[in-house]
Amino acid sequence: MSELKLKDLYDGFRDPATIRMLAAQIGEEAKALHEPLRIMEVCGGHTHTIMKYGLPQLLPGNIDFIHGPGCPVCIMPKERIDHAIALARMEDTILVTLGDMIRVPGSQSSLAVERAAGRDIRPLYTPMDALKIAKENPDKRVVFFAIGFETTTPMTAALLHAAVTQKVDNLYFHINHVLVPPAIDAIMSDGQAKINAFIGPSHVSVITGAKIYAPLPQKYGTPVVVCGFEPVDVMQGILMAVRQQVEGRAELEIEYSRSVTMEGNVKAQQLIDMYLQPRSHFRWRGIGDIPDSALELREEFAYLDAEKVFAEVLPTEPIDDHKLCICGTILKGLAKPMECKVFGTACTPNSPLGSCMVSSEGACNAYYRYAGVLG
Amino acid sequence: MKQVQLSHGGGGEETNKLIHDLFYRHFKNDILIKAEDAAVLQTQGKIAFTTDSFTVSPLFFEGGDIGKLAVAGTVNDLSMMGAKPLYLSSAFMIEEGFAFEELERIVESMAKELAKSGAKIVCGDTKVVPRGSVDKLFINTAGIGEVKREGISSQAIKEGDVIIASRDIGRHGATVLMAREGLEVSADLGSDCETLWPAVEALLAENISVSALRDATRGGLAAVLNEWAENSDVCLEIEEAAIKVSDEVQGICEMFGFEATDLANEGTFVAAVAPMHAAFAVSALQRFGFCRDAAVIGRATTQYPGKVVLHSAFGSRRFLDLPKGELLPRIC
Repeated sequence: MSELKLKDLYDGFRDPATIRMLAAQIGEEAKALHEPLRIMEVCGGHTHTIMKYGLPQLLPGNIDFIHGPGCPVCIMPKERIDHAIALARMEDTILVTLGDMIRVPGSQSSLAVERAAGRDIRPLYTPMDALKIAKENPDKRVVFFAIGFETTTPMTAALLHAAVTQKVDNLYFHINHVLVPPAIDAIMSDGQAKINAFIGPSHVSVITGAKIYAPLPQKYGTPVVVCGFEPVDVMQGILMAVRQQVEGRAELEIEYSRSVTMEGNVKAQQLIDMYLQPRSHFRWRGIGDIPDSALELREEFAYLDAEKVFAEVLPTEPIDDHKLCICGTILKGLAKPMECKVFGTACTPNSPLGSCMVSSEGACNAYYRYAGVLG
Repeated sequence: MKQVQLSHGGGGEETNKLIHDLFYRHFKNDILIKAEDAAVLQTQGKIAFTTDSFTVSPLFFEGGDIGKLAVAGTVNDLSMMGAKPLYLSSAFMIEEGFAFEELERIVESMAKELAKSGAKIVCGDTKVVPRGSVDKLFINTAGIGEVKREGISSQAIKEGDVIIASRDIGRHGATVLMAREGLEVSADLGSDCETLWPAVEALLAENISVSALRDATRGGLAAVLNEWAENSDVCLEIEEAAIKVSDEVQGICEMFGFEATDLANEGTFVAAVAPMHAAFAVSALQRFGFCRDAAVIGRATTQYPGKVVLHSAFGSRRFLDLPKGELLPRIC
């Protein structure tokens, strides 16, 4: 077998002729839709692809995208960011986390502001780097502020496994891993969002298997297509959703069959299960409390749990978003970024009021960067 | 291994020795070795004057090092104003304990890079600071060049001007990122770090009507195009498919969620030229190895003044925005 190159991962999935052909096909088949197809793309990665490649411009008017709550930065409530800041302010502490989390405003500050003030805060390219940092700094406490959906959870589990088996005793974990299905359930059972199809993120399903979406088509009568992130994938996924709707079907289908199975990565699931368990409650930014929608460390690993070990420095009060910010409404699928009064004025990626503007996976950020007047 | 000590910056015998045995040996020219308080220079006509400070981690990377960057960076800033680079200053801020051997490699690299444009280092300064005060080595260079063509400006782009990129983009940013993270993606990935004056000189020699030139350093191609659109109050319409990106750079962008248009370059520039000269300009550039992939990537219009519009190969379009703050990898 020849060596897999990075190019192979995307080459062909951006082919202009294929995208044009799919656009024409969707345009043709969508004529038979009885009502507009309002597709929620649950994941911010899909929002990014849709906006970056200008896909709505290629689609007929009766297909509309509704942006879902699937950006781990966007859904992080301010009090959790305040936790990260409080941990970073402790003496002899290095706080490590992933990407955009550095920029998200908490109630008073952000990790970027704290870093400029002299706190040791480091963005990671991969969670496993946290282990290296902990080993290189034996006289310091290293706290990993773990974020992300089902996709990034295995990396945290692998880091936990390495820390436990290698007996690294100065690495602590603040777990903020959240789960896709309870969030979709919360939005659909609320009843306000007019959604009649979903495209599900493929990278989540690579880990969990497509099976996690199995109840949705039956419960809400909506097609679910598990879909890759390249433009050809998204266009193909839309075509599959249109076909289901036209044919009166509501089924779980896999577009991203090159990596997704119904069962997923069982080894990763077992590793997660060994260290993490469902958390009874987690407050989603803008949405509110969703039961069983997040994970926490198992009791036997409480000695690694930053929320328990450093409980005395962590604030406990929930903190709401800025009054003018409608991130919550956007995350529930009830509004689009441009409907927000402060979009692009008081709230921009350089000085975000709300989390959807901060993260490159956030809906507001994607609209701001790519749409503008071309919308 | 011999290391730089605080005494090397003290102004006494050790400093003197460092200057004579290292800097003069490699940068030797009539003006520098006079060792006066200031260099006395001879120029003709208008001069361009610029300065830049260089910090990079790691100091040595595939395709270059901080010394090559410090010379090419300043020489390129002059070149982008249509000015022939003549004289440079060079100030070193060195962390105590820095290896002499590495310092010499860097100085040699600077001397080699100077030869490409014929510019000379005519004055300099050396400071040695206690451990922890700087990250190993900072270099500041300033430069003076003789303006060979007036009127080249980011405010001079007119409707109809054609936008040319001198080569594929994002190599420097991707290379430094990979070196910093200790990742090996491909042996073919190296910085584009290069002195651009010979290519610019060729454009001027061909009498090509150049409205603007800009090397796409920090902020990458996206930053240059946005600054131009705003400063000249034109819309720059760019064909995404015409922008060349190597497989290695694109692969890194895929891994970390970056855009190649946001990544830094150190030997890639953008030119806005009159439409009737576009083909001449491209072929003049392609004579140079580092510009063999030069291509027209778009043109200036009046559609959305101040904005950059990117046209996809499949018929959609979007704005290309300025990169925002520090580049952070995506989460998933």
